[in-house]
Amino acid sequence: MNPSRRSFLAGAGALAALGARSLGAQVGGTAELGFAELPDGTLAEQILYALPGKVPLIKKTFRPPNFETPVEYFRTAITPNKAFFVRYHLAAIPQVSAKDWVLSIGGESAERELKLGLAELKKEFKQATVTAVCQCSGNRRGLFEPHVAGVEWGVGAMGNAVWRGVRLKDLLAKAGVKASALEAVFDGADHGAIDKTPDFVKSLPLDVALRDETLVAFEMNGAPLPHWNGFPARLVVPGWTGTYWVKQLTSVKLVSQPEKNFWMSTAYRLPRGRFKTPSFASQVAAANEPITTMVVNSLVTSLKSGQQLPHGRPIAVRGVAWDGGSGIERVEVSADLGASWQRARLGKDLGGYSFREFALDLAARETGSMVIMARATSKAGETQVSELIHNPAGYHHNVIQRLYVEVV
Amino acid sequence: MRVFLIPLLLVSAGAFAQEDKIVLKEGPGREKVQQCIACHSLDYIPMNSRFLDKAGWTASVNKMINAFGAPIAKEDVEAIAAYLAEHYGKPPAKQP
Repeated sequence: MNPSRRSFLAGAGALAALGARSLGAQVGGTAELGFAELPDGTLAEQILYALPGKVPLIKKTFRPPNFETPVEYFRTAITPNKAFFVRYHLAAIPQVSAKDWVLSIGGESAERELKLGLAELKKEFKQATVTAVCQCSGNRRGLFEPHVAGVEWGVGAMGNAVWRGVRLKDLLAKAGVKASALEAVFDGADHGAIDKTPDFVKSLPLDVALRDETLVAFEMNGAPLPHWNGFPARLVVPGWTGTYWVKQLTSVKLVSQPEKNFWMSTAYRLPRGRFKTPSFASQVAAANEPITTMVVNSLVTSLKSGQQLPHGRPIAVRGVAWDGGSGIERVEVSADLGASWQRARLGKDLGGYSFREFALDLAARETGSMVIMARATSKAGETQVSELIHNPAGYHHNVIQRLYVEVV
Repeated sequence: MRVFLIPLLLVSAGAFAQEDKIVLKEGPGREKVQQCIACHSLDYIPMNSRFLDKAGWTASVNKMINAFGAPIAKEDVEAIAAYLAEHYGKPPAKQP
């Protein structure tokens, strides 16, 4: 059997399985909140639930709070603050007031210690903005086959916002960067429910900490950060996965040795060399290395699997695409399981770190089942993968989506 | 900055009354699994089902103890993993 015939049959089989399952699950079920490929237990457990100050989001877990943004909020390039996903590792999340918040800058590789309040931060340093995607490293983990343990995210552990803040490099310059500085280490106000749980502390290579676009941000889309997204201020590391975007930032330390805590040395690691993303040189171990930048990806927002579409009318394929900062070169759409691809129109360029909208109208020539696929290619030349690159912790899922629809 | 454990637990549990509605399946070992709520809501368990086998659940429980410092007695690990594998584990392979 030739490969395209085989993949067509596989697609048709998946369509049949999915049809049966999604029809069953939609009666009081939650398949429509996410994707039928999620683990059964995830589909049964997730509900729409509104955290204070948020619209109803897809609840994965209550405590620590992990809430996913439903697909409809990605129909525009900017994700509203009230719909922006929420991801915490640790359950003790204090309410921090703008008045009491203090950011400490220091460490053994800083010339001096600084303590900055929010008003000083805003007044004494030049402000900057960047439009950037914040995406959890494990976004789409729930779609891994075979499944891996963790928060079983669908496609919405991400968002794109205009972040305003001050440049981290300006704060570090004021503290004085010694020649010995190797990494910058970040801590937020959250911590575990018990003392023995390792505090969530992350580090970045010094050169990334010193980039123009790395911000200590206090605004998101023109408004103060929501509590659940790091009020009063968080780290913004455009291009890098969300794990580095420390919320409720309280301290930055310049250090001369690699940070060794659990969240750096054990968690958020990839098998060494499995992905083409840049290495975090001071943290590379024999078998594994930290996740760094996002891989190229896209999401179709105008269609969902199982949907029926009217014959004779064009099928509007709309969505967003993004990567680790080079920007999107092209998005292509296929209606024949990848045998041929048509180039979509790209929307306004909001910068290389942003979502880029795409659009294509496909002709619905015949009635029956259709599989619609979209694949993005970055300006760095990376394309979404056809087959999952499996890894134990479930990161970097960027498999080309397949949407199984029926033209009637 | 550290705050005492007890008030924090009350605050975090009180924030989401919905959390109290999560009920794990009846079965031997369930009472030992209830201690997980000291650090996280119980929805983590059904969310991660049903795809882990007993070895997978044992690894998860040991990670909670060794990486996150969960105060779970070593002698409880077997009962907890057995409960999780039975009620939230990978279903046995179907006979052909």
